Amino acid sequence: MILKCCKKGSYDFLRYFVFVVVGVILLPNSAFCSENLEGTESKEPSHAKSKFNVGETIIEHVVDAYQWHIMDVKGKAIAIDLPVILIDNEGIHVFSSAHFEHGHQPYKGYAICHQKGMKKGKIVKIHENGEIDNDFFYLDLSITKNVLSLFIGIAVILAIFLSVARNYKKRGVQAPKGIARAIEPLVLFVRNDIARPCIGKKSEKYLPFLLTMFFFIFINNLLGLVPFFPGGANLTGNISITAVLAAFTFIITNVSGNRDYWKHIVNPPGVPWWLKIPIPLIPLVELIGVFTKPIVLAIRLFANITAGHIIALGFICLIFIFGQMSPALGGGVSVGSVAFYIFMGLLELLVAFIQAFVFTLLSAIYIGLAVEEHHHKEPSVAEIK
Amino acid sequence: MELVKPEIGLIFWMTLSFLILLFILKKAAWKPVLKMLTKREDDITKALNEANLAKEQMKQLTIDNEKLLAQAKDERDAILSEARKISQKMYDDAKIKASEEGQRIIAAARENIDIEKQKAVADIKNMIAEFSLEIAEKVLQSELSDKNRQKDYIHQQIEHINLS
Repeated sequence: MILKCCKKGSYDFLRYFVFVVVGVILLPNSAFCSENLEGTESKEPSHAKSKFNVGETIIEHVVDAYQWHIMDVKGKAIAIDLPVILIDNEGIHVFSSAHFEHGHQPYKGYAICHQKGMKKGKIVKIHENGEIDNDFFYLDLSITKNVLSLFIGIAVILAIFLSVARNYKKRGVQAPKGIARAIEPLVLFVRNDIARPCIGKKSEKYLPFLLTMFFFIFINNLLGLVPFFPGGANLTGNISITAVLAAFTFIITNVSGNRDYWKHIVNPPGVPWWLKIPIPLIPLVELIGVFTKPIVLAIRLFANITAGHIIALGFICLIFIFGQMSPALGGGVSVGSVAFYIFMGLLELLVAFIQAFVFTLLSAIYIGLAVEEHHHKEPSVAEIK
Repeated sequence: MELVKPEIGLIFWMTLSFLILLFILKKAAWKPVLKMLTKREDDITKALNEANLAKEQMKQLTIDNEKLLAQAKDERDAILSEARKISQKMYDDAKIKASEEGQRIIAAARENIDIEKQKAVADIKNMIAEFSLEIAEKVLQSELSDKNRQKDYIHQQIEHINLS
């Protein structure tokens, strides 16, 4: 009901609100529980049968990993061991993440960090005595779960669009058929409702970028909603991914920014002089704005998609929380949980589109602002004379 | 914290993959697709314009046709009325001429009749004169066969002549 009558703006707000609330509930919990786990683990390494930990489970599902855990069969995990690629001063190390034994064993001087903090879940260099070497320089370019998901997503996109392009080449100006018929309205939507109104005459130049961005986000959002293997990774809900996307927008915006764009930053017209001299207050604000725009872009997409994943996982976890108290209770709760999960899934379908749309729209608006030709009524020399 | 910490590996792969994706899609997908979409739009616009033009031409043609038809009709009417007039005139002329000819023939006949009549009258007159002379001769011969009667007649005639 609330969601129904909310407009887009307030809907965004609602999402952030839910995200914050769920985050507040889950994060300390997970930190607390992981400490607990740390304690029990030293005594009993087989943690699989230990108490069900909601925060840990959810966070494990939304963050990146060196393995792609598909499912457990009879207590044994079925997972894809992904390749680890490390570059340090000794060269490039490539080995399977299976060598870490689900993170319990070090290998070649590296191990997966279990300590709370910035490096939790990441590969770290360890000393002989098992302590983490924080000063050691290395690059972790491993094919993680999200990287594999990224490759799968790109494969799906290429498969779709190369077939669409083939369809167009074959059928010429005739009406599209098959998958092209489904894709064409979206392409037209991006071109007619995003690129052209926001950028104007120069939109053709930026259209390939905007289209690629739109479909990359949209298709990966959808893949993220698939609950089993090829999908399910929280790719577009990963800050690194959204940051790179936003960085592309940032670079394109500032590279294609014309004289007017920089003039509006350095010396904004229509602002009283005492706001620019001696302290360049407004230019400073404008300069900060240049950076906040892409940052907000990245955070919006990341937060929306991650929130969706967390809420969906939360509903599923409810079943196991109550199931631990009593199997019957878990069964009873599952009805409501699944209903809510389906509802969230439908909502996420909408969000998958809306977020792709919003990201592309805002990118187009930023590019549009940078390439816009201003026509100030400045008196020319001839007019003064 | 791990949720909001960017990772260099993912950033590296994402940048590389996205650039490759952008490049491939730009060359292999967006170019043909957008070209075809633009071409289709242009074709539709062109077709619509052409249809409009054809419609306009059709309209013009219909108007022209109607004009032509009306003109033909007028011409036909004019020709017909002209023909009617000519035929009327011819009829009238013929009628006048015929009546004139009739009159002339009648007049000529009448003249002939007159001439013949006068001839006949003259002939009759001549014959009457001849007959009269013959009769007179016969009468005179019979009357003047003896001398007494001749004398009586002469006396009688002399008596008629009044000398006074």
